Amino acid sequence: MGDNKSILIVGGGMSGMTSAIEAAEVGYDVVIVEKNPYLGGRVAQLYQYFPKLCPPNCGLEINFKRTKNSSHIQFYTLAEVESISGQEGNYQVTIKTTPRFVNDKCTGCNKCAEVCPVERPNAFNFGMDKTKAAYLPYAMAFPMQYVIDGSVCQGKSCAKCVEACAYQAIDLDMQPQTITLNVGAIVWSAGWNPYDASKLENYGFGQYANVITNVMMERLCADNGPTKGKILRPSDQKEVEKVAFIQCAGSRDENHLAYCSGICCLASLKQSTYVREKNPNAEAFIYFIDIRAQGKLEDFFVKVKGDEKLSLVKSKIALITEDPASKNLILEGEDTQTGERIRETVEMVVLATGMEPSTATVKVPAEVAYDDYGFIVSDQEQKGIYGAGCIKRPADVAGVVQDATGAALRAIQSVVRR
Amino acid sequence: MDKKLGVYICTGCGIEDSLDIEALKKVGTKEFKAPVCKTHSWLCGAEGVEMIKNDVANEGVNTLSIVACSPRVKYDVFDFGPVLMDRVNIREQVAWVLPAGEEDTQMMAEDNMRMGLIKLNKSQLPEPYQAENLSRNILVVGGGFAGMNAAIGAAQAGYQVMLVEKEPVLGGFMNKMHLRIRPPYKELKSVDLEEQIKKVEAEPNIKILTSATIEKISGGPGMFDVTISQNGSSLSERVGSVVQATGWKPYDAGKLEHLGYGKLPNVITNVQMEEMAKNGKITRPSDGKEVKSILFVQCAGSRDENHLPYCSSVCCLVSLKQATYVREQDPEASIYILYKDMRTPHQSEDFYRKVQKDGAIFIRGEMNSISEDGNKSLSVEASDALLNEAIQLDELDLVVLATGMVPTSIDEAALNLDYRQGPALPVNKYGFPDSNFICFPYETQRTGVYTAGCVRSPMETAICAEDATGAALKTIQAIEATAIGASTFPRSGDLTYPEFMMARCTQCKRCTEECPFGAINEDEKANPLPNPTRCRRCGTCMGACPERIISFKNYSVDMIGSMIKGIEVPDADDEKPRVIALICENDAYPALDMAGINRIPIDPFYRFIPVRCLGSVNLVWIADALAKGIDGVILLGCRKGDDYQCHFIKGSELANTRMEKISETLGRLALEPDRVRVEEISINDYDKLPVILNDFMTRIKELEPNPYKGF
Repeated sequence: MGDNKSILIVGGGMSGMTSAIEAAEVGYDVVIVEKNPYLGGRVAQLYQYFPKLCPPNCGLEINFKRTKNSSHIQFYTLAEVESISGQEGNYQVTIKTTPRFVNDKCTGCNKCAEVCPVERPNAFNFGMDKTKAAYLPYAMAFPMQYVIDGSVCQGKSCAKCVEACAYQAIDLDMQPQTITLNVGAIVWSAGWNPYDASKLENYGFGQYANVITNVMMERLCADNGPTKGKILRPSDQKEVEKVAFIQCAGSRDENHLAYCSGICCLASLKQSTYVREKNPNAEAFIYFIDIRAQGKLEDFFVKVKGDEKLSLVKSKIALITEDPASKNLILEGEDTQTGERIRETVEMVVLATGMEPSTATVKVPAEVAYDDYGFIVSDQEQKGIYGAGCIKRPADVAGVVQDATGAALRAIQSVVRR
Repeated sequence: MDKKLGVYICTGCGIEDSLDIEALKKVGTKEFKAPVCKTHSWLCGAEGVEMIKNDVANEGVNTLSIVACSPRVKYDVFDFGPVLMDRVNIREQVAWVLPAGEEDTQMMAEDNMRMGLIKLNKSQLPEPYQAENLSRNILVVGGGFAGMNAAIGAAQAGYQVMLVEKEPVLGGFMNKMHLRIRPPYKELKSVDLEEQIKKVEAEPNIKILTSATIEKISGGPGMFDVTISQNGSSLSERVGSVVQATGWKPYDAGKLEHLGYGKLPNVITNVQMEEMAKNGKITRPSDGKEVKSILFVQCAGSRDENHLPYCSSVCCLVSLKQATYVREQDPEASIYILYKDMRTPHQSEDFYRKVQKDGAIFIRGEMNSISEDGNKSLSVEASDALLNEAIQLDELDLVVLATGMVPTSIDEAALNLDYRQGPALPVNKYGFPDSNFICFPYETQRTGVYTAGCVRSPMETAICAEDATGAALKTIQAIEATAIGASTFPRSGDLTYPEFMMARCTQCKRCTEECPFGAINEDEKANPLPNPTRCRRCGTCMGACPERIISFKNYSVDMIGSMIKGIEVPDADDEKPRVIALICENDAYPALDMAGINRIPIDPFYRFIPVRCLGSVNLVWIADALAKGIDGVILLGCRKGDDYQCHFIKGSELANTRMEKISETLGRLALEPDRVRVEEISINDYDKLPVILNDFMTRIKELEPNPYKGF
């Protein structure tokens, strides 16, 4: 399947979709391989983008539409690359799929979920709520096709969904599949993972219910999130009035991520606007080392910092403890601007954790150069396999789109050379 | 084409439980005389699809109305090749949001069908615009780092490139650069400009023109006619698309007298520092003595509302690089960096850490004053934000002002576009060519013209190289799309284009003024001169035209107007108001679908009509609707203003402006101005949608029924 004029795109998030669509709209055949049951990647989980405070689904919808309208784009969901052999112009790639247990006859009618007796933690919402074992990843999911979580589904002993589905869309016998593709070039855009906040021992993530991460905060604020957009803290579902954001939680720190993820300052500034918008009485604190708002994003920083209920404090918080009775959190550190000791009690803490490239843990099964941190090195002499997006460096959406568009051309050049 | 209509009604997914299917069929067979009208309980299943395919292949059906789910789903299944097809949404937007079995639910489904069938009746298959003498060549304006990378990018993909540089040599600002900081940001690297230039020169697909400027660019994608002036002569060339990579210039340090520049000889800019390092030794301009003590002042004129309010992104890294020059020249030198926030994103943090370890002293604060002694050594008083007090730095040999970047597009019309709307790409308040800069940063407001590098946004060289490569791809894409007569982003692949019935044109200029992409020129008599290859197919011109002379093969004033007229309007006594919602198909329509997926009830008295963009809404639709007894009209579109979300940039804003003028029409009809409303809605607002709709309906019900009912 495929041919050596086509391009394989690994990862169907913002960068992968961009590389795929941009190459396809030039006229090249592309195949996207996506690990999740849907395209869109991590941006699909964001409530809003900075600096416009607009919904990511808006741009995603355009990209989904472009995908639907193109005859050059093929995609596999729940799929991962297992092996790569060959060289520029002629790669053999094997893809392994995880069974979805729902085939493409699915009409999205929701009957399977209605009858499904099993629940599972909702991965899309970082486990902050539950879905049925038969579920639609999220309302705007593309493709709009349900999934059955094989790890919790009771299988044929239950099979209520099979009975409920009028469209023969459920196949509990579905097996993992191996697919072989022949492609001319590969774009590796498998994205990033949030740094594991439980490694930050002083901050109590995983120990204290009301210490969450910035990616969880996006879901907590999203209208289609676990709390329907109300910022309710995990311990008691109380609407929060005092929230602290801790910048560089594990970033710019040689014991954790030595680099800067470039977006966390803006993400926290953005999230402070969520807090203020959803509860006009609420207060927000941002503890930072440097506020990094590049280019015209500086305007956003200036705008947000004008809010009198937002306090920006230059400090590295040393310790977070929990008041066992109220489950409030006590932050301790030093205000490096005034030299005063900080002791602040808040109702919820958001750790601004950084981005770790997926290649820090799962390497490309082919020869590819990495830097000290596992990012793919963007060496232009390296031909045939190209990194795109946050696999090369942490970046915001616009940066990822720029990079992925460039990677698409490099892949096209590979195909043209042969 | 003789149309043979086939209507296919799906009864699955709860549709049958909700609606009277026989009555729906009658809309097809009786009202629209459809020769083929079939139902299926699972239309998207193999049997249902086969049934349709068979009718297309063997029964001559070439005009299909699929009355089923939203067109956003099952798009791959309901694909029957080059036939006219329309999807009528009676699942997400009817059966899933209205109570089953009720008269109002049925009425909405039937009206949706009527509108869909009228749309088909008024549609034709697109015939792509085929321009003649198309060029596949690419023009790159600016031969600096970005321009060279864009040129190489396109050339190596097999396209001929003309690279035009106004200076006698390629390389732009890099000619002044001593060393480069680039991934993996551990140490400084040579600039290797000669190597880069050689690579460009050796590329057979690139033609280089130095000491050359663009006199004029006319035409459009695929057919830009470029006049280039070089050494007093001029030459002409046809190209398919354009990259503007004209770069940046340093902020005018002459405006930074308060930081000592221009007054004190040993205060220089980072650009002067770079040149000095390149020329050999870093010395004091006043006496040529070697520098032993140096202060870098960050954000000199940046992040400053009196100068450049934005951040130039690279100045922190540049100062760190230049601090390294000094350190390498003199391991004992005192190096101070005065900063507001050190901004070294991503892996470049490594270099910041290195310079810290190498012994530079970082002071967070701002300069209060600067003076010199008799020896021309400098003293700076700074507010140290960390110690919370003023500190004094004396005996400084050199102060380097880290000045920011200004895009050349702020005051240079490098392209000289022969466009009715002006010679340059529209820019934002800081002079950067504006775009939908989050999701689609390459898109400009001039089709087939893309920007690369620091003219669009300040960026470091490694990112600039990738950026330019991406811009090269976009130019190639514009060429290939134009070659098949298709639109570029965001209606990629759309083969329709606006056609003008010139005999009825009154030369009012609205279309030429309002097109967000400057696609339409004018002749001396103010007749519009459309350039279809520049068009993005939003229909803003169609919405603007008071004479209704602009139409697409499958989208026209007459089509939507007829759909509105096709809606059944009950008598006033029935107490069933009718309100038309003209909704943006990119955001409001999916939001409505999401309401359906979440089974959130919607008011049954609305009739939803998707439009390409609110910019395409013609006032005549509203006038016609109200004249026929429709009680109200609501427009649901994207956010306008500085943070606009409209994919066609100005569409929703124009719709607002036009609606302000609707009161005149309403006055003529003696109707209340409240009957028309414009609301902003984003794609995620599916829970707010019912609130907006209910609120408007409440107001409509407060008014008397439209007295024109029954006319």
